[in-house]
Formats: sequence, C-alpha cells, structure tokens
Amino acid sequence: MYAQMVETGVKKVKDRADMDANEAAFMLQIDAEDKIEPQSWMPEAYRKTLVRQISQHAHSEIIGMQPEGNWLTRAPTLKRKLQLAAKIQDECGHGLYLYSAAETLGTSRAQMLDDLHTGKAKYSSIFNYPTLSWADIGAVGWLVDGAAIVNQVMLQRTSYGPYARAMVRICKEESFHQRQGYELLLTMMQQGTQAQKDMVQDSINRLWWPSLMMFGPTDDESPNSAQSIAWKIKRKGNDEIRQQFIDQTIPQLEVLGCTVPDPDLKWNEATGHYDFGAIDWAEFFAVIKGNGPCNKQRLERKVASHEAGAWVRDAAIAYANKQANKQANKQSNANKVA
Amino acid sequence: MNKTDWPLYEVFIRSRHGLSHKHVGSVHAADETMAMENARELYTRRNEGTSIWVVASSAISASAPEQKDAMFTSPVEKIYRHPSFYQLPASVDKM
Repeated sequence: MYAQMVETGVKKVKDRADMDANEAAFMLQIDAEDKIEPQSWMPEAYRKTLVRQISQHAHSEIIGMQPEGNWLTRAPTLKRKLQLAAKIQDECGHGLYLYSAAETLGTSRAQMLDDLHTGKAKYSSIFNYPTLSWADIGAVGWLVDGAAIVNQVMLQRTSYGPYARAMVRICKEESFHQRQGYELLLTMMQQGTQAQKDMVQDSINRLWWPSLMMFGPTDDESPNSAQSIAWKIKRKGNDEIRQQFIDQTIPQLEVLGCTVPDPDLKWNEATGHYDFGAIDWAEFFAVIKGNGPCNKQRLERKVASHEAGAWVRDAAIAYANKQANKQANKQSNANKVA
Repeated sequence: MNKTDWPLYEVFIRSRHGLSHKHVGSVHAADETMAMENARELYTRRNEGTSIWVVASSAISASAPEQKDAMFTSPVEKIYRHPSFYQLPASVDKM
C-alpha cells in the first residue's frame, strides 16, 4: 500500500451531466468494468492521479528495502538471512513492476526517480519509522505487508489494466512476506527467552499505530477518495480497508499471545467488527510532511545510492553504444566488399 | 542529473506447461544481453518459466483502440464459426 492521500486535482467529483462525449464514454467503460489500457482515451486528471498513485506506490517499495536491509547482516541464522534477502529482492521487483506500469501513462522512469530524489514525490509514511530490533523484521512482514496486502488485493480490481496486472503479480509474492514475518514472531514467542518475547511485544507496540496509518486519513469531505472511487482506481474507502485489516489481524495477535497498545480495542458484537481508539493524525501528517524519525536518512540514502551507481549506468550505455557501432561498421565494410 | 532512460524491452516467458511465450512485463536495459539478465532477475524468481524472449518495445506494432470495431466486430457476428452453433441430437452431441 502504499499510496496514501493521492491528490486527484478535483474540487468535487465531476457530475456526469458536465462531461463531454469522450469522458462520458470513458465512464461507461468504467461502469462496464472494462479495463482502461495505455492507448485508451482517458481524462487528464485520471492519468495524472494514476501517475501520482502508481509512482508513490513504487517509491514505497523501493524505500521499503531500507528498514529491512538494516537487519540483513545481523539476521540470527543463515535461513533467516536468505528469507530476508529474498523478501527485499521482491520489494525491489515490486517497485520495478510499478514503475513500468506508470511509464505506460507517458511518464519516464528517470522523471519519477528525480521527483523522489528531490522530495517532490511521496512514499508511504510507514517507512520513515526505524527498525530497532530483529523482532521489527517479523512485525514489518506481518503488520506492514499485511496492511499492504489488504490494499493491494483491492487494487487487483483497479480500473487501469497495467496497474491491475502488476497488482496480481505482487499479491502472489506478498503472501510469502506476511507468513515469514508472522512465523518469525511466533518462533520468538514460542521458543524464545523472556527478553525475546518482550522484544516482540515492544515491536508491536511501536509499529501498531503506524501500520493503521498506512491506510491514509479518514474518508472525509475531501473529494480525492470519492473521485478515485468514482474512477474505480480505488475500490474501497480508507476506513473500510483499515477496519478489514484490524478484524483479520486481532485473532492472529491472540495466537501470538501479544497485545496492541490500544485500551479501546474490543470486539463489538453488534457491528461484527472490532472497535478501536482514535488514531493520532497529527503524527501522521508530521511524518508525511517530512518530520518522521527517519525521513531525512531514507532520502539521503536513496540519493547517495543513485549517485554512487551513476558510473555503472554510464559504463553500461557506453559499452552498448560501442558494440552497436562495431556491428554497424562491420556491416558497412561487408557491404563495401560486396 | 541524466534524465534519459535506457531503452525499454518487453518480456515474454514460456511456462513449463508447453504453452506459448506470454507477455509478463517490461525492463529497461542498455542492450539485449542486459535485458535478458534483468528479465531473468525480475520475472523468474519463482520458477515461472523455461524460456525468455526479450524484444525492444520500439519493434512492436500494435493495433490502435479506435480500430477495435473495424478489426474485431466481424468475427463476433460469425457465430457459425463456433461448434455450439450446430444443434445435434443428444445421442451424438458429444461430438
């Protein structure tokens, strides 16, 4: 999940009566659940919203490698190290699938990276929190990837074809991430020392609320969520999927034998859902604005890595050009001889 | 900052089940050799295939959406091209 608060550029959801023939036909396609494809006509605001959402999603996958990479060299066993390396490689792959999907809308990869590096583009608030202990690796897999899955399962039915297809692929791989995270925590809870069990509880205490914030702010009067749903980019509201995540996660929490840091959390027989306490939106907006614990570090690391790799990219393209020239010269000499 | 991307390649993979190569996505690469390596890293991390094709995206010609009716309407009307069009007695209907 990784796109929170995507700006749609509209002040209110557009009324069908105000649409021209192209846009009306586009909405009929949306109604009929026909996928919109790269060459299809689409409203400019739809295209821009998708570029923002998909690139934000891609950036989150890429930045998301950092908190996990933090523990790669300190994994407790070779098995755990291999699993973590595989998961991090998947996150990179997810970023690349998503960049490709966004490129079909006419933006370039270089432009998207530049927007990330200059702070113009956002990524999910969750990756601005630190991973302080090994248990955080388990909690990230279980809670963060778990929250992402709820969002991404919904996005498999998004109206834009390339985005939907990337989501299908990502969801297949994401399930491994969540299961390995949960199993890691379960192992610590069932076989660990008291100190290790405390580490798991501490990790859940720190990551629970930030995980709930991943779904974005409460659906309010802001037209962005409503417009995205009208275009079927999003299929459900933020509050609905947040509730779905909580409902499916609490029974798993109980199997672990842990708690969440929310005194108001309790099962509500009447609604068939868990009630939960108020989310600290001031913290959420602070992190989004760049004032989370790790915003600066994450971005600096990303830019440094991009710059350090510049000579490799330059060398690769120089080599490719040299080979192509050689081939062309060979061809032209052969033609002269003939 | 260099804002030019490497060329784009489309990736096709044949699964183990004897089916045709199927489009799975795309990669950027400096040349064909790198496109093959990147496709292998990105699209076959879980045993997805036994063979990969990479094709420069610029080499693909695609039908345009506005040609959809001209190109595909006629077969829709030709229902007699499907076996289910022909009504046979129940005793031989497994044909």
